[in-house]
Amino acid sequence: MKRKLLGGVGLAAAAVAAGVFMSGTAINTATAAAVSKNAAAHVPGVAVTRRLSPSQYEATIRDVFGPTVTLGGRFEPEVRRDGLLAIGQGYVSVTSTGMQQYEAMSRAIAAQVIDEKHRDIVIPCKPADAKGPDDACAGMFLGKVGRALYGRPLTKDELQTQVMASNMAAKELKDFYQGMWLSLASMLASPEFLFREEKLKAKADKNGAFDLEPYAKASKLSFFLWNARPDDQLLKAAEKGELDNPRGLKKQVDRLMASPRFEEGMRAFFVDMLGLDELDVMTKDAVIYPKFDSRIAADAKEQTLRTIVNVVLEQNGDYRDIFITPKTFLTRRLGAIYGVPVVNAAANGAPEQWQTYEFAKDDPRVGIVSHMSFLALHSPPGRSSPTLRGKALREVMMCQKVPAPPAAVEFKIVQDTSNPEYKTARARLTVHATNPVCAGCHKIIDPLGLALENFDGTGSYRLTENGAPIDTSGALNGVSFAGAAGLGKAIHDSPATSDCVLNRLVSYGLGRLPDKGESEWVKGLGKGFAEGGYRVRDLVRTIATDPAFYKASGQAVPAEVKPEKSQAAN
Amino acid sequence: MSAKITRRTVLRGTMGAGAVTVGIPFLDCYLNDSGTALAATGAALPVVFGTWFQDLGFNPGRWVPAKTGFDFENNIELKVLDPYKKKMNLVSGLQYFLDGKPLETHQTGVEIVTTGGIGGQAEAMASTDSLIADVIGTHTRFRSLEVALNGGRQSRSKRANAPNNPSEPSPAALYTRIFGPDFKDPNAADFKPDPVVMTRKSVLSYVTEQRKKTLAEVGAADRVRLDQYFTAIREIEQQLALELQRPDPLPQCTVAQKRDEMKPSSLMPSVIGNSKLFSELLAHAIACGQTRVFNINIGSQGLRTEGSAQTWHGLTHEEAIDEKLGYQKEVTYFITTSTKMCADLLGVLDNYQEGTGTLLDRCGIMWMTDHGYARTHTMDNIPVMTFGSAGGRLKTGQHISAVGDPATRVGLTMQQIMGVPVSSWGLQSNQTSKTMKEIVA
Repeated sequence: MKRKLLGGVGLAAAAVAAGVFMSGTAINTATAAAVSKNAAAHVPGVAVTRRLSPSQYEATIRDVFGPTVTLGGRFEPEVRRDGLLAIGQGYVSVTSTGMQQYEAMSRAIAAQVIDEKHRDIVIPCKPADAKGPDDACAGMFLGKVGRALYGRPLTKDELQTQVMASNMAAKELKDFYQGMWLSLASMLASPEFLFREEKLKAKADKNGAFDLEPYAKASKLSFFLWNARPDDQLLKAAEKGELDNPRGLKKQVDRLMASPRFEEGMRAFFVDMLGLDELDVMTKDAVIYPKFDSRIAADAKEQTLRTIVNVVLEQNGDYRDIFITPKTFLTRRLGAIYGVPVVNAAANGAPEQWQTYEFAKDDPRVGIVSHMSFLALHSPPGRSSPTLRGKALREVMMCQKVPAPPAAVEFKIVQDTSNPEYKTARARLTVHATNPVCAGCHKIIDPLGLALENFDGTGSYRLTENGAPIDTSGALNGVSFAGAAGLGKAIHDSPATSDCVLNRLVSYGLGRLPDKGESEWVKGLGKGFAEGGYRVRDLVRTIATDPAFYKASGQAVPAEVKPEKSQAAN
Repeated sequence: MSAKITRRTVLRGTMGAGAVTVGIPFLDCYLNDSGTALAATGAALPVVFGTWFQDLGFNPGRWVPAKTGFDFENNIELKVLDPYKKKMNLVSGLQYFLDGKPLETHQTGVEIVTTGGIGGQAEAMASTDSLIADVIGTHTRFRSLEVALNGGRQSRSKRANAPNNPSEPSPAALYTRIFGPDFKDPNAADFKPDPVVMTRKSVLSYVTEQRKKTLAEVGAADRVRLDQYFTAIREIEQQLALELQRPDPLPQCTVAQKRDEMKPSSLMPSVIGNSKLFSELLAHAIACGQTRVFNINIGSQGLRTEGSAQTWHGLTHEEAIDEKLGYQKEVTYFITTSTKMCADLLGVLDNYQEGTGTLLDRCGIMWMTDHGYARTHTMDNIPVMTFGSAGGRLKTGQHISAVGDPATRVGLTMQQIMGVPVSSWGLQSNQTSKTMKEIVA
């Protein structure tokens, strides 16, 4: 059957000049070494090919086919590396099980696109005969959709392949739309769609670095600012070469940042940086915390995002203020956890409304680390944990790595939560930390986490644990403080905090940690960030308009390139 | 621990009125006298490989049997496996070697026992089950099936240089995947290749061939990932090709019944209930020739009982040792309940009769864990077990003491009996070429 179908195709099998994973400028290791020897100030790291995240995949489908098309499938789990899912995306490929899911999703999506409800809206032409192939109409549709899905126009050969695929299938199944279905599905399951490659220009600059090709530039910019593939205007700007000159680039950056979709992009960054995606799967014990359910976890995530968006975008304020702001947004459900009245003006049955809320000056709840999203996420299912919270404050907010606990440690003393002698976490941890093996790490973790002990495992306020009063004094870098307010101030003042968001933002945009050769560039960004009052908006704009952001070195080519050989064949 | 939902109510709730055992028509007229092969073709019933990953080990002094050899008695925490004592092997005293690398608790042990390497090494290596699947899993609809009992997506199965394969957390979703519309009953009277499947395969093959031509030179990192992509695509093509062939009749195959699942979660009642559903589904999938490799990962660390402030993992570090009992009481509940779930899986497989043998008999299942004693993260006295005789390839019913030996010995042996051409496996101190001869038939 296959032979028969292919026999009728008669396609010239000419190799095409473009394709995903095919940087025309992939360099061999010898060249790479030579380049790094001549390194001038800025030597960019490698170009990164990234797998689309579930939200990016969803956004693309929505942008291209409209919001009524559903996905109907399960994505491969994401992988966090060096603190970010965005970096993990540069490492992951697809597993066989995951590919089966992608393939099934691609068919489900394509089936909706060609169904009677959507076809006339999405497909710009009608076939001459619906009972067979129509290459002209197929080419018009597949070319248009392909450009939006791949973030660049299809090459002539790519388009021919897709048209031929639709032709084969339409002939075989005697239905034009069935042909479109399978050809479109194959595009949705292609590496060109599932991954985004940073294609480089053919010629290196004087430092041995390469500029991204215009469409790759558009992609990098669009994912950075919108967490989505480039829209039509951006693709047109790329096509005209406008992104290669500072004015054209700035014009697009301004346009993208003025759009409401910029907020979506920034939310995606903060969800990644703060690990708020974990709230989607977080569970709490229903007996110990009867007020908790998955809706409240969703509210908690939204509360923190709204608070950050308010400080960082709406007010264009100092990033560090997210740790000291008393202003936030609440629903009635969250009000119940925080013990504050939130009046819902919505009619019965209407969705929860968000209310602006400002905690009083002397309220213990200040800044995002006193939000449920942080307190509950970094607690076990049924209680609080100063150690987990302290570790998260170091690792998430300040980008510091806390080592894993050593092997073969006795936990005898700290184990007993019902010991009448050690009623509070502080008392138990103090005894535990007398063990010199443990003391080193707990000394840097616990003083932060203990300051939040007034908040239980879901974030509700409490004054005692097992009847004993809770002491919330803590210290960071030799500065002592008490409670969440003091802690928030200490985090706000720590240089590690602003360095952390800068580093995460740069890594998020690059899809990898900045390289050694980029350290001067990052340092410069940090200087500007500080001088400008730690405004994330300005930092994003600086990065997005900086030509250095769009430079990369090629990946090393393996010594033996055998394109046809793959793992399963070994 | 709340007693509101007892195990009994859970089972009643999830399994409905249906019995837990699998009712299978006893059609051994199709089988030869010993029940090991199909009478019509003389082909042996294929061997099956499975893994059961149960993190967090056992309690010291409560699992190593007093005697070694064939007349051992299961110690208290393994008593629940007594009905299958003659069909199991227990290896005690094994070790995970760090070779000076930092111990990533609850991770390094997993890496060593599944891949033979640590950290970056482990990333570059494939897990035992996928090496075996490359040999025995290439002619089934699913090369392997991965499930997680805790509602999560994690598995301990991976290809070389690849992330872990995702696990299926929902029995209902697994049911649809195996016995949904794409299922072809091997015993159906009529068989007609589906023209849509045929066309799908043609389109996929054609487009893939064209795409491969565009790949002349790519960077090293992308090359590896692209290979994985095309490997995955080829497996889909193979799957489609299988759908177009008339399957060999499998008289012992019956389609699993669709049952209501409990919402997948890390709460014990749902873990226990869904574990039974998964066991049943996997048994039917194997009997119906859909897969020959399965991986069950409990996802032990996050398991918890309702009303408990801590998870199993949290408890291993925080629960006090009961002075009278001499061990952590709540932790031990999780250990024994999980081991019981494993015993229940064996029960389902052993109830699936195939001639004079059972489905369990043609399985070789490997039981693994991350630490010997989770409370202090020990890397010695590691238990590994095997269940089933892998179609007569394994000698069973023994306790073997292998003090100080690399735990990779068992993985090497299992690969060898499953037909992987390998004489040495693992890296540095975890490298071994010592087959565990005691268990090879």
